[in-house]
Amino acid sequence: MIVNNEKDCILDIRNLHVWYRTYGGFAEVLDGVNLMVKKGEKVGLVGEAGCGKTTTMRSVLRILPENAVVPKGEILFHGQDILKMKSQEINKVRTQGISMIFQEPSAALNPVFTIGTQMFDVIRYSGSGKAKSKDEIKELAVKAIREVYIPDPERILKSYPGQLSGGMKQRVCIAMAIVTDRELLIADEPGTSLDVTIQDQVHRLLRGLVEKKGMSLIMITHSLGVAREMTDRIYVMYAGSIVETAETKVLFKDPMHPYTLGLLESVPRLTGGGMAEGIYGRIPNYLSPPQGCRFHPRCRLAAERCFEEKPPLMDVGEGHYVACFWVQGVI
Amino acid sequence: MNSITAAAEETILRVQNLKTYFPVGKSGGTPLFVKAVDGVNLTVKKGEIMGLVGESGSGKSTLAYTVMGIYSPTEGSIIFKGQDISVPSSRRSLSVKKDLQIVFQDPGSSLNPRQSVRQILELPLRVHRIVDRKNIEEKVVELLRMVELPPHYMYKSPVSMGGGERQMISIARALATNPQFVILDEPTSALDVSIQAKIINMLLKLQEKKELTYLFITHDLSLMRNIATRVTIMYLGKICETAPTEEFFRSPLHPYTRMLLSSIPVVSEEEEELKPKKVVSTGEIPSPVNVPPGCSFHLRCPERREVCMEVDPWMVEAEPGHFVRCHLYS
Repeated sequence: MIVNNEKDCILDIRNLHVWYRTYGGFAEVLDGVNLMVKKGEKVGLVGEAGCGKTTTMRSVLRILPENAVVPKGEILFHGQDILKMKSQEINKVRTQGISMIFQEPSAALNPVFTIGTQMFDVIRYSGSGKAKSKDEIKELAVKAIREVYIPDPERILKSYPGQLSGGMKQRVCIAMAIVTDRELLIADEPGTSLDVTIQDQVHRLLRGLVEKKGMSLIMITHSLGVAREMTDRIYVMYAGSIVETAETKVLFKDPMHPYTLGLLESVPRLTGGGMAEGIYGRIPNYLSPPQGCRFHPRCRLAAERCFEEKPPLMDVGEGHYVACFWVQGVI
Repeated sequence: MNSITAAAEETILRVQNLKTYFPVGKSGGTPLFVKAVDGVNLTVKKGEIMGLVGESGSGKSTLAYTVMGIYSPTEGSIIFKGQDISVPSSRRSLSVKKDLQIVFQDPGSSLNPRQSVRQILELPLRVHRIVDRKNIEEKVVELLRMVELPPHYMYKSPVSMGGGERQMISIARALATNPQFVILDEPTSALDVSIQAKIINMLLKLQEKKELTYLFITHDLSLMRNIATRVTIMYLGKICETAPTEEFFRSPLHPYTRMLLSSIPVVSEEEEELKPKKVVSTGEIPSPVNVPPGCSFHLRCPERREVCMEVDPWMVEAEPGHFVRCHLYS
């Protein structure tokens, strides 16, 4: 458990559990997520497909699908539990506190409205709720589009999403997310659907804007490389819980959890040297997840204790937390 | 291009001036085309892993599909084992089809969800008469063993399997006919890195054991560094650069290659040092309907000159075996 005694902590997720109701019973996807974001901090949430990264972030904005239930946990935004907020309060968080960029820009933008219409709506309903004049709204929109380095903002505002390229659309989504001041930006794999050269541009843009505006960032990604370039601190997630977290530099210098190690080994290196073996097995079935440490069926070091007991996230020094009995030396 | 033909004795596939255009309507009476593949020359030697790298819309998949006979070429020729196969798939001989196989990117859509794994693997065995009818089951089990899956998987449906396992089935299907040449069209790009590592290792093992030749299509240069013998870069339907892997990563020549390399997110300092410095990715890939005149990369090129806007560069051999299509070197 990460002890929170930081005053400048914006978001603090504590022991979050999220289950999905399905025909086969409850899919116990999140199994105690702990995550903390400080003011101005860029945090990476890294894990493979299906580990619950997006579920975690969706619960922060309370935009989970209808079959989701939250049996346990707290999400504190400036000390207030988002999960207990009334709809008026959560709307205030959504319009003034946190904004989100989604993975697929073409799905995030409505194809039958112009960029202008969609952007003006965002501006109209966000911020302090003060009434703004049409000119003010347009001025803000043009300014935001300039900030994401799109030339000719007037033309963009008149275009439909289908008339823009993928990279352009993602820039528009970023513009919408930063058009009014927010404290925290959640970016859900913003570059994944883009080509590598375009992805690089979008990531640089995002990092620059977040730093300029002093926002905090949560970057969801499956790529350790992206997390390394974008963030100050990384949370590694496996099957619904955080298995390791450390400052980005520390994590890459001294990774400890067997899953983090396996993941790092699996990444093909630009320096060559052949391919590693990968990690045996696959992500568990959430309808009947393994007892104890959820990684134990795939772990090379699994011992008896790992089969029965879930290891807690414990400090191993320098703000480096690992959830593994082996690393903690208590096997 | 002479030195390419010099190596012809061991060449298994030779693509010459291949063009695949798709009509997309008319503008003022003149028909418009997407020039997906526009004058590609490529040779693949027996036993090598040729990495074909490009971003989306570069034409790498179209090139593969044209070689497979899924599209007919607009112009140019495809020579496979000395035999001209630039004819529609229906006019290719069965033996060519047996020797030339493909693994598609998304096993979710390339495997029929209504068939069992057994049915999927049986079809190539029957069509190409690989084994007697009574030995088919045995052979299916052997194919599953080859991709390290247990025999009972033959009763499963692809829907009930994970992405990695499905891709193993696709690989088993492609190798069922004992081909000599396999095109791998981004076989791991839909998978997680830990699964990717497993599949790549298996592909490498099989390549060695069965003396296969791979044309490996991908957008992942780091992956190519680890497995390819030669790397070819495509941009907007044309090849920009091709070189043996070591040489390619030691001294990338084309400005586009350098931009690609500098854009890759990496996980260690050593890799960071390998990336070309001071190349910042700018601009976007133009639409293939409206390819810019001159060099198609000139709009994004940091080293653009006057000549690049007017004259399309040609392929030159900058170093032995290292070809680049850029005015900086001609």
